[in-house]
Amino acid sequence: MHRKHQDVVFALVGIVALMVAVLTFLTLFVNMAVDGLPRLDWHFFTSFPSRRATQAGILSAWVGSTLVMLVTAFFAVPLGVASGIYLEEYARKSWVTDLIEINITNLAGVPSIVYGLLALGLFVYQFGLGQSILSAGLTLALLILPVVIVATREAIRSIPQVIREGSYALGATRWQTVRYHILPYSSAGILTGIIIGMARAIGETAPIITIGALTFIAFLPPAPLKAEPPFVSFDWLMSPFTVMPIQMFNWTSRPEAAFQDNAAAAGFVLVFMTLAMNGLAIWLRYRLRRNIKW
Amino acid sequence: MAKATAALHGTAYLASRRARHIRERLIEVLLFFAALISVVTTVAIVYVLVKESVVFFEQVPLRDFLTDRQWTPLFDDAHFGIVVLLSGTLTSSFVALAVAIPLGTIIAIYLSEFAPYRLREMVKPVLEMLGGVPTIVYGYFALLFVTPLLQKVMPGLPGFNLLSAGLVMGIMIIPYVSSISEDAMRAVPMALREGSYAMGATRFQTATRVVVPAAFSGIASAYILGISRAVGETMILAVAGGMQPNLTFNPLEPAATITAYIVQVALGDLPHGSVGYQTIFAAGLTLMLFTLACNLAGHVLRKRFREAY
Repeated sequence: MHRKHQDVVFALVGIVALMVAVLTFLTLFVNMAVDGLPRLDWHFFTSFPSRRATQAGILSAWVGSTLVMLVTAFFAVPLGVASGIYLEEYARKSWVTDLIEINITNLAGVPSIVYGLLALGLFVYQFGLGQSILSAGLTLALLILPVVIVATREAIRSIPQVIREGSYALGATRWQTVRYHILPYSSAGILTGIIIGMARAIGETAPIITIGALTFIAFLPPAPLKAEPPFVSFDWLMSPFTVMPIQMFNWTSRPEAAFQDNAAAAGFVLVFMTLAMNGLAIWLRYRLRRNIKW
Repeated sequence: MAKATAALHGTAYLASRRARHIRERLIEVLLFFAALISVVTTVAIVYVLVKESVVFFEQVPLRDFLTDRQWTPLFDDAHFGIVVLLSGTLTSSFVALAVAIPLGTIIAIYLSEFAPYRLREMVKPVLEMLGGVPTIVYGYFALLFVTPLLQKVMPGLPGFNLLSAGLVMGIMIIPYVSSISEDAMRAVPMALREGSYAMGATRFQTATRVVVPAAFSGIASAYILGISRAVGETMILAVAGGMQPNLTFNPLEPAATITAYIVQVALGDLPHGSVGYQTIFAAGLTLMLFTLACNLAGHVLRKRFREAY
């Protein structure tokens, strides 16, 4: 009966392999929590980086990350959703459509550091945007564009054809169908994709280092709101900046253990944020799958 | 009178129809341009990499770039042998794939063919999150946890080495390999498995001799994706692999990869337009060609081994 034993043995091997992956992740998380949690207090979030490890904080890093994410979302969301809508609802079968589709698949496989080189050559020097929040936001927007497009397409594709036919039968145009039926019904799926894309963008280090972001920033970008008219200011877009993963990189590469504890604390915040975002996306998808009955 | 009103209504109707038509066309054109952005991105990537590399290759002959065995672009006696960086990239990728491909495949087979439904639904999101952890965090883990751990077993291991970076990178890649392979295996129709069971095969025999061959084209794309992730991975290597160019295929040594070199240059203050600045574009172009070759190979494999049911 030793053929049957094979099944049991493989099931065990499978569980061991799963455990290797999951336990490594747990070790990583616990290890970082043990080293980093003692450093996590109010002071850590409200202080600039410093030459003294115990006084250093992540204020400029989290503000920088937030602003870069705003720019990224501002460009990636409309462009990605519009591309997805075009490819699913408008595009006819032609070589241009084929080209766009193959291209999106390929872009998803381009290493992130190559986007950094693109941004360095194009945004920083050719367009003269410099090593600014705007350059970084645009870079990450291009990076997550395939994620948003693919999610949008999948969400739209799951809407049954009868919905469209019903809308057309009532005399709606194509855009009216998209605007009042396709977009509302696919919004949760699209949102899932956007969250996953943003979670990826927030942890990206290599492309932002490549455009030449500074690693030591002890000031904040100009505030977006002002007391005197016109009350809003976009000076912050052109400001030098740093982001959470770069701050963590900077602290990790220092030899002093005290700075490495700071790195652990920053890493803990970073992992917590990406996990929370991914968790939210997974939960959204789960609810979506349960609730939809066409 | 009634006729006149009808005619009036008719023209108004036609005008509004025309306006509607124009608006529809306009929206379609706008959406089309949004979709075109992705093509523009690719063109821009190729343009930037090629433009800067052309300037680079005017000063450094392609022959030297491919055959020189030293990489010292910032020294007075400059050498530009990409083989040095490529050796680091290949060695670390090899270690990573030696972890990710077997473990990822086993996990995929287990989840698709053996695991109970509840376990699979629980484990999949966890694996997905594993792939979502920022790579700088994995870099920290490799340098400050895995390397000291390995040093206890191998006392001579240097603080920076490709082994620990590669191992951690392998763990990071597991979810990519396992989730795509699993999707491919689950797409294999039940009838094939039932046929196999009816012939008296066990689960393990069915999995390895029926399901895996049937899903091979999907599994191959998973491997290819894993390879291009390993080759393009940056932060784990920049943190834990060391930044010294070193022509070696020994994972126990420190060595810079193509990506780590780009980070190192970007962290420094190289003037725009210098040879040092252009080297990163030549290195980037090499990387891009390498991943492109992977993607093409994946495409061919998929076509070749596609099984349609």
